[in-house]
Amino acid sequence: MPAVQETVDRVKRIDVDQYRYGFETLIDSEKAPKGLSEEIVKFISQKKNEPAWMLQWRLEAYRRWLTMTEPTWARVDYPKIDFQDLYYYAAPKPKKAVSSLDEIDPEILKTYEKLGIPLREVAMLEGVEPKVGEEDPARRKIAVDAVFDSVSVATTFKAELKKAGVIFMPISEAIREHPELVQKYLGSVVPTSDNFYATLNSAVFSDGSFVYVPPGVRCPMELSTYFRINERNTGQFERTLIIADKGSYVSYLEGCTAPQRDENQLHAAVVELVAHDDAEIKYSTVQNWYPGNSEGKGGIYNFVTKRGDCRGANSKISWTQVETGSAITWKYPSCILRGDNSRGEFYSIAISNGFQQVDSGTKMIHLGKNTSSRIISKGIAAGKSQNTYRGLVTAHRKATGARNFTACDSLLIGDKCGAHTVPYIEAKNSSATFEHEATTSKISEDVLFYCIQRGLSQEEAVGLVVNGFVKDVLQQLPMEFAVEAQKLISISLEGSVG
Amino acid sequence: MALLEVKDLKVRVEEREILHGLTLTVNEGEVHAIMGPNGSGKSTLSHVIAGKPGYEVTDGQILFKGEDLLEMDPDERAAKGVFLAFQYPVEIPGVATMTFLRTALNAQRKARGESEYSTPDFLKKVREVSKSLNIPQDMLKRGVNVGFSGGEKKRNEVLQMALFEPSLCILDEMDSGLDIDALRIAADGVNALRSPGRAMVVITHYQRLLNYIVPDFVHVMSRGRVVKSGAKDLALELEASGYTQFEDA
Repeated sequence: MPAVQETVDRVKRIDVDQYRYGFETLIDSEKAPKGLSEEIVKFISQKKNEPAWMLQWRLEAYRRWLTMTEPTWARVDYPKIDFQDLYYYAAPKPKKAVSSLDEIDPEILKTYEKLGIPLREVAMLEGVEPKVGEEDPARRKIAVDAVFDSVSVATTFKAELKKAGVIFMPISEAIREHPELVQKYLGSVVPTSDNFYATLNSAVFSDGSFVYVPPGVRCPMELSTYFRINERNTGQFERTLIIADKGSYVSYLEGCTAPQRDENQLHAAVVELVAHDDAEIKYSTVQNWYPGNSEGKGGIYNFVTKRGDCRGANSKISWTQVETGSAITWKYPSCILRGDNSRGEFYSIAISNGFQQVDSGTKMIHLGKNTSSRIISKGIAAGKSQNTYRGLVTAHRKATGARNFTACDSLLIGDKCGAHTVPYIEAKNSSATFEHEATTSKISEDVLFYCIQRGLSQEEAVGLVVNGFVKDVLQQLPMEFAVEAQKLISISLEGSVG
Repeated sequence: MALLEVKDLKVRVEEREILHGLTLTVNEGEVHAIMGPNGSGKSTLSHVIAGKPGYEVTDGQILFKGEDLLEMDPDERAAKGVFLAFQYPVEIPGVATMTFLRTALNAQRKARGESEYSTPDFLKKVREVSKSLNIPQDMLKRGVNVGFSGGEKKRNEVLQMALFEPSLCILDEMDSGLDIDALRIAADGVNALRSPGRAMVVITHYQRLLNYIVPDFVHVMSRGRVVKSGAKDLALELEASGYTQFEDA
């Protein structure tokens, strides 16, 4: 069994126990009963002290959801989900307090070490509590210099963002503090009626992030840094809304390269991006959810709706994703190119190993004039996994001068996995220029032997070749995460050969 | 103790025996040429020594510095000092040559329990070696062998040989695909690496290469065996009379 899976398995076992414990003691106040009903939706809204309009919004989504059926067109196979057998609200569970890194499972530490995550940050991610009276100046200095770590640094970020006028807070707070913005934009890109999972999310979303960048402001930092500290306990129905007002810029990274454990099997997140005139949003994802064990048992079902609206002229939205986790991934970060001269980009690395199933890609919907889009997708299938790229490129009748370039490359490792490419291309006007390139190759025995003859182990050789294969996409990631993502790729392919 | 001892080696590929009991001894500092017609088993020998999968050793033994080479994984053999210069070096897109060299060198050093090179030390070493081989720096920034000419690919092999400092170099058909100038440059690089502590096994179909890399010993292979061994003059004899005399041996 690959080390990373072992780690994740172990972590999962630990978590399940904690979960039971929490359930017994906090049953009434912290967790809604199983199943979904109007009462549960009301309960969630009430728990979050939401205004009436928000509750109404949720209830409408819920009623709509009752009339919908699960989509079945994706190339994924899983037992039918019993939606009445799930929990829809659980307050973030308090982590067991750990007083030092010595108390953390050495296997977990090993994974962190492989990823090159600094120990300071590990301490934070694993919830090590600083000892009282031990706030030594050295620690504080490291915290400030290293950017990551400790609540005080997070506060520093907050102050700096506030100075720039950037609003960055949990969406539950934004609903109370900036209702005019939330009401204006929530559901304006992914309507409550959009699709089965997005509608479910609209009814029961737990929390997520809200970002508003005012006109002309270049967000002074990668929002990843803060997010990484802040978003450890987001529930299974995340909701994120990012608005870049005229001429602004923001770069946002969600997720974490550290192994994510979660007892929730179903994840249905919604992310909405809005870019006004001349604004740019760069959204990067590193997803490493629990993929299931070596027999294909367990693992997260990741059914995500992500969509960006290039609402203004000359706006730009760029999606970059590194997907290595989850048992099932169903995810198509898309761009609606509404504004004239707007631009959409999608850069993706999707790795599947073991019994993972990935059906992922993008949609580029050209509506405005002279809009352009670019899709670079790298799928890597190993083990007994299935990896599908599914993409739609379409140009509206009025979208004159629309341009798209698509390159989909698939790499197979071993002979029990599959890679599939399903492109849909529609041009409704004659001035559109769409290019599509696709390749599928198998990792060559000769290339591996060449590397091994030079002293690399089998796994190092695979890692090196795969990292070469995905290089074009890795370069799109924010610098500090590119290195971690590179290591993550090698780790997720452990045990894929031989 | 000999550096490399191949004793009565029998090798099969998919049920067909390719080597039928091959014996060869190579000492430190020696350069051996292995010649023979196509299909005589020359490349099989080089692959088995390096540990390429797909070959089944049914009998015999290979000792390297007195240790059983066949018990070692191919990367372990590399770290111990076995280097194979490939007839057709592969391309690895997206992996910069420099990255590849550093990863490989450090993997070998790590396996030997030596410290890894720091980036500045490594760069210094690569610059020195590549300069002596007339390899431009921008070639090192390109993907491994991607878009390299035949000559550049072979020079890249020699560069790695110089960098990894192996004790046994096996050159598999180094002259294939090279024009005479490219061959001379590559051969000069190899000659510069001849040293008392290092042995070379030069596998070639043609005598031409041996004008540039002059061997101490020449072995003729035919049908999976060494059928004749001698000094460097043997190669010239072969050039004149051809391999047919050995076909029925």
